[in-house]
Amino acid sequence: MNFICNFPFFSILLSLFSGTICSVLPAKAAKVVNRAVIIVIGLLSAILLLYLLSVGEPFVYWMGHFPAPWGNEIRAGVLEAGMAMFFCIIMYLSMAGGAHKLYDEVDESKHNLYYILVNLLLSSLLALVYTNDMFTAYVFVEINTISACGLIMIRQVGRTIEAAVRYMIMSLLGSGLLLFGLCIMYDLTGHLLMSNIKASVGPLVANVEYQIPLIVSIALMCVGLCIKSALFPFHAWLPDAYGYSTVSSAAILSSLVSKGYIFLLIKIIYRVIGFDIFNSTRIIDVLFVFGLMGMIFGSISAIRENDIRRMIAFSSVAQIGYIYMGFGMGTQTGMVASVYHILSHAATKSLLFIAAIGLTEVSGGSRKFVDLTGAGYRNKWAGVAFTVGSLSMVGVPLFSGFISKLLFAQAAVQVEGKMLASLIVLGISTVLNAIYFMKTVIRIYTSVKDSPYESITFGKMKIHAITLMFFILLNVILGVSSQPIVDLIVQGLAMFS
Amino acid sequence: MSKKKSSAAYQKTFAYRFFRWLRGEKDPYLGELEMKPQEEYHVSEDAILRREKEHDSILDKVYDSQHNKWLRLFHSLYEITSVLFCLFLIALLLVTVSYLPAVGTVTRPVNNEVAERYIENGLEETGAINIVAGMILDYRAFDTLGESHVLFVATITVLILLRLNKGQEDTNDRIFEPKNDAILQLVATFLVPIIIIFGIYIILNGHLGPGGGFSGGAVIGAGLVLYLNAFGFAKTERFFTEKTYKWVCFFSLSFYCLAKSYSFYTGANQLHSVIPKGTPGAILSSGLILPLNIAVGLVVACTIYAFYAMFRKGGF
Repeated sequence: MNFICNFPFFSILLSLFSGTICSVLPAKAAKVVNRAVIIVIGLLSAILLLYLLSVGEPFVYWMGHFPAPWGNEIRAGVLEAGMAMFFCIIMYLSMAGGAHKLYDEVDESKHNLYYILVNLLLSSLLALVYTNDMFTAYVFVEINTISACGLIMIRQVGRTIEAAVRYMIMSLLGSGLLLFGLCIMYDLTGHLLMSNIKASVGPLVANVEYQIPLIVSIALMCVGLCIKSALFPFHAWLPDAYGYSTVSSAAILSSLVSKGYIFLLIKIIYRVIGFDIFNSTRIIDVLFVFGLMGMIFGSISAIRENDIRRMIAFSSVAQIGYIYMGFGMGTQTGMVASVYHILSHAATKSLLFIAAIGLTEVSGGSRKFVDLTGAGYRNKWAGVAFTVGSLSMVGVPLFSGFISKLLFAQAAVQVEGKMLASLIVLGISTVLNAIYFMKTVIRIYTSVKDSPYESITFGKMKIHAITLMFFILLNVILGVSSQPIVDLIVQGLAMFS
Repeated sequence: MSKKKSSAAYQKTFAYRFFRWLRGEKDPYLGELEMKPQEEYHVSEDAILRREKEHDSILDKVYDSQHNKWLRLFHSLYEITSVLFCLFLIALLLVTVSYLPAVGTVTRPVNNEVAERYIENGLEETGAINIVAGMILDYRAFDTLGESHVLFVATITVLILLRLNKGQEDTNDRIFEPKNDAILQLVATFLVPIIIIFGIYIILNGHLGPGGGFSGGAVIGAGLVLYLNAFGFAKTERFFTEKTYKWVCFFSLSFYCLAKSYSFYTGANQLHSVIPKGTPGAILSSGLILPLNIAVGLVVACTIYAFYAMFRKGGF
């Protein structure tokens, strides 16, 4: 076996271990360890991706001395390695962009706790991406949930505590449903390993055995992960959790945590249940309808919002709706569009959160639109970055959002029966997106005479501005060189089955 | 060609006035209209107080479920819906269970190969008489590694929530602790050593019989909590402070991580592992299971004690 095949295992263990190390380090050293670990894991994933592209087929890796189905196993393909690399990039940029805010909002003595949580969160995301075992996935879902709660409430004001409690209740309900589904699946098949479950589910479906438990199990797993990734009717926890937590947490939660669960759902669809069996159930129609509703109601809530952070948070509901609409189409192209949208939304949403904090900072810390008037002139970098993010969200060519909308539209055209609904809702949602994002952009570029707030120079927020530049670059790369990325996704999804 | 006007006549035309206005030389309203600068808006303290009072009274009225019919309706609807939802979920799961294969049938589950190998080859392959210990700490050690980090991250989150920030020390209520109870102290002197020794036995016996790190650690943690209740923080702080917790957790988890990393690495790369299996049944046997049980036990015991100490007084 090639030495590079060890890299997924190294990444997971390194981030777990660095969490333990950070607990005995002072805050500054913990910060260095945290950043270094993210960079190292990003590099390892990049090398792994190149290796997998040259080899052309995925590999499984025993976690222990026993082969599957007796021992644990992880598995790496192109999509997994690419996703891990992408998660590391977004996580590094989010941490760097929100670092100065962390000093303002979090007590100094709790900084190293924050880095522990981020390291453990990264390890759980990597485990969700690489795992080939349903129970391992569940264990790391637990770590993910608890550390996400910690990330929300580390800024201790009333709203974040309330948001964390809400998040915890909803998220635990989701974990519970996932566990129920898992138990039923284990009872039917006798396996926890993804590929073995798939091998036993196939005959069960073919012989029409245990239909009802099978459907219930699939439905419970889907609903559980939908709650955790804030699909429309289950999004009540989202606005406060994203809107009031410290900005790094908000960026990480919106662009990574919910995406980790969605990626797990994709793995379940492809590697546990089987794409065709999943599409033959009625569950995809439910996902489709909820996705469409989310696209519209999320945007309407965002339009009514008077607080920039909460507005961006509500926009997430709409974007998660897009992803589930892609699942609901039940075709390969719809799935590719959804995976691309995971990348696009992760890059754009964290950019918007980090840029919004730059704007609120030059408006006396207020997030109300009245105070934000002219903020784009006072902090030029944040203004430009916010505009880029908004344009990308609305779907202007050159940025990543355009490509994902194009892919969704292309996928919709090929689906019989769901074409009209998806195209119309896609159109309405784009218009609604434009309303609230352009409203904000116009607002921050409306000049006001003798504003009470001072403008900020490049030197004062150097790291913040550089981070924003990298975010813009990432967005443009995703938007301009979309074809190779889409090819990668197609190749990765082909490796899944 | 029209005749050129004299300048006096030109000044009376509309064009002259229009262009003059356009050049900004004269404001047609200036001096013609009565203008007053707006008074600056001053808010008096009374007005603020009045507004706050009004705001509060409106809130009171809105959230007064005695008189707000809609709120009452909403609450009752909310309760009914949640009860219906729970009943639906219960019914759904019961119906599902009734369709599952019956207990004891050959095809329950469809495949038995996993459980079969655990039972038949577990002793030989892991060296542990307790199959469960062999399963969680050898076959599926990666899951258990994750599980011990769940405990770790839970303590970190409780630390974030409950540890007092700097400058909040005066809210610490340990000074109000009741005087120690003589009966409790006497009972604790007898019980605590027994409880802790029993916990150690459960941990060390984890690979030989029922027990293991999680259960033994919980017993030791309970013993520590009893000791704390009987003798107060002044006594426990002689041997258990936040620093102790930090380092014990650090060393146990690091040992777990490193030891298991070695085992995963050798396993996956098909290398020979130097860890001996030992004779099944001996106390020093079954490879890594005993040290891992000790590490897990330490983490669990510290976690339980730490939870209690933080809930009691926001620190150790």
